Amino acid sequence: MKIMEGSHAVAEAVKACRPHVISAYPITPQTHIVEEISRMVADGELACEYIRVESEHSAMSVCVGASATGARTYTATTSQGMALMHEVLFNAAGLRLPIVMTAVNRALSAPINIWDDQQDAISQRDTGWIQLHAEDSQEASDMIIQAYRIAEDHDVLLPVMIGMDGFILTHVYEPVELCPQEKVDEFLPLYEPTQYLTPKNPLTFGPIVDPSMYMEFRYMIHEAMGRAKKKIMNVASEFRDKFGRYYGGLIDTYEAEDAEVLILAMGSVIGTIKDAIDELRADGKKVGLVKVRCYRPFPAEAILEAAKDAKAIAVLDKNISLGHEGALYTDVKSVLYNKGPLALGFILGLGGRDITKSTIENIVAKAQKAIESGRVEEESEFVDLDQEVL
Amino acid sequence: MEELFAPGHRGCAGCGAAIAARLILKGAGKDIIAVSPTGCLEVISSPYPQSSWGVPWIHSLFENAAAVASGVEAALRALGREDEAKVLAIAGDGGTIDIGFGVLSGMLERGHDVTYICYDNEAYMNTGIQRSGSTPYGASTTTSPAGKISFGEDRPKKNAPAIAAAHGIPYVATASIAYPKDVIKKVKKAVEIEGPKYLQIHAPCCTGWGFDSSRTIEIGRLAVETALFPIYEMQNGKITSVKKIKRKPVEEYLKVQRRFRHLFEKEGGEEEIKKIQEIADGNAEQFGLDL
Ligand SMILES: Cc1ncc(C[n+]2csc(CCOP(=O)(O)OP(=O)(O)O)c2C)c(N)n1
Ligand SMILES: [Mg+2]
Repeated sequence: MKIMEGSHAVAEAVKACRPHVISAYPITPQTHIVEEISRMVADGELACEYIRVESEHSAMSVCVGASATGARTYTATTSQGMALMHEVLFNAAGLRLPIVMTAVNRALSAPINIWDDQQDAISQRDTGWIQLHAEDSQEASDMIIQAYRIAEDHDVLLPVMIGMDGFILTHVYEPVELCPQEKVDEFLPLYEPTQYLTPKNPLTFGPIVDPSMYMEFRYMIHEAMGRAKKKIMNVASEFRDKFGRYYGGLIDTYEAEDAEVLILAMGSVIGTIKDAIDELRADGKKVGLVKVRCYRPFPAEAILEAAKDAKAIAVLDKNISLGHEGALYTDVKSVLYNKGPLALGFILGLGGRDITKSTIENIVAKAQKAIESGRVEEESEFVDLDQEVL
Repeated sequence: MEELFAPGHRGCAGCGAAIAARLILKGAGKDIIAVSPTGCLEVISSPYPQSSWGVPWIHSLFENAAAVASGVEAALRALGREDEAKVLAIAGDGGTIDIGFGVLSGMLERGHDVTYICYDNEAYMNTGIQRSGSTPYGASTTTSPAGKISFGEDRPKKNAPAIAAAHGIPYVATASIAYPKDVIKKVKKAVEIEGPKYLQIHAPCCTGWGFDSSRTIEIGRLAVETALFPIYEMQNGKITSVKKIKRKPVEEYLKVQRRFRHLFEKEGGEEEIKKIQEIADGNAEQFGLDL
């Protein structure tokens, strides 16, 4: 166990995965990850090609070229940088390249704001990337090792991004257990691409596909997403067997079995929710948690199973589909339609706004009120708005 | 010499870009990995499940060929496979000189061992002949059309080779498909030089420029012979060779293309032709083109 910054814990895990090519562009609060990797390269601790590009669009493009050539690749970005990558993210998934990226989470401009929410990753939802979300530094670090196993599996071959809340996780010092190199080498074999760019077998990558076949390619990506679900669960279990740590498969639950009110959320807010649940349980309130570890592919079956006996589920979104509601809320309602508990949506924590235990308690109180009245008054609401600013 | 760019592609009859690709691969040989951005060449050469490419080839996006090529080159080094292949980018003028220019600059500045080749057909042909930064003064395109008050493109061609050279790279060259041996020779030379190389190959487009498909080579020659597309090499920032010409007036080049027709039909066109002649004169003087 070592006390270290979350960003450094991630960099250590990246190093242990022995990537061949890393390419990144700095942006707060992702900087400490790429600075630490730079230091490792400068000190000869990490032997890789580290390409210091002129933009995030190029960082992901370098990963595309390198991955297609058979290299294991890594990048990290956040917010504006992730938005700038958007086009290339679709391309990497379509080319079926197992690139791994830390998606540090941060709000999007305007107004410009460097603090945490999850709008950036949520906005990449439909790119074809597997999207995992970490609860703490330890998980953000361990997920890197898991991500390569998932991405490079020949039944999957899709890129993976790991959400990690900006500042809250990247800049916080916590005790972290690093994975020993020998064990990582046993857990994560060398990347064996099925096809790659080489004159020994001159293949054409990225051709133009007309309407007679384009849909079939999209379908195949979708199918791979489906297969990834099982892989993500298996890798989590294998990781537990090897390293002794487990965070759930597609989802994790806490005090959920007999819960009347369930809270569903992703990322670092999970810790706060668990603390709030402990206190609410001490008061005799039957409250539990569903932690979404994997946002895409969406764990519909697991959520339904976890939520089916609850009376209400409160969905916390650190993002908003402007003009509608939180993205998680929409997804959860689609899963529960006609089957499950009442569902309430809460938009909170945007641009780094604190989410405290009392925020969670208020949300639980609203859910309980809905249970009592048997109906949801306000489907989706903003939490803790300051009326004076409006 | 081996044919590595297969016929049967979907290019127009007389397509200069296809000729460029064929010549480039003759010069580079089969032990390469090629990267192309979105554009005519990519579209005509890769209609799935067919491909014209006899070499490993990847298309990613419109603006990122230089970065993808950087990644390929980095991967070869990281994997200890650098002797396996030379890395080439073969890209249109739009993908190179406009939307991908920052990306190209990054690749050149970082010193990747990549030969970046722009086939210059002087507009966005794939999307229907819109102007690019490489469109020459006076050319009518679908976004710089000649009209009642317009004489077509109102800015001169961006001097991309000079900007590439300003990165302090070891080799910059221009060539034209009208001189096939010169193209092959320069590509062969470029891939043997270590570090970033930039080549710009003039590739007339019969559809976009408006001439009969039998005249692609002839038009390419006229561009060179009128000094509107000077042919030269630069090594380590110094001009090391220039193709000398017995110069022809620019009208001979302009009058055979639909994109310049308005200059001969509209009142005031003569003035515009004079300006184009001045551009040619400037080139001739700068590079010492006249025999
Ligand atoms: C980001 C983006 N913007 C615009 C386009 C549309 N587009 C595709 S090819 C092209 C023009 C290509 O021009 P050029 O690079 O000169 O190649 P050419 O087709 O002339 O050979 C454009 C504008 C695109 N594919 N991607
Ligand atoms: Mg063009």
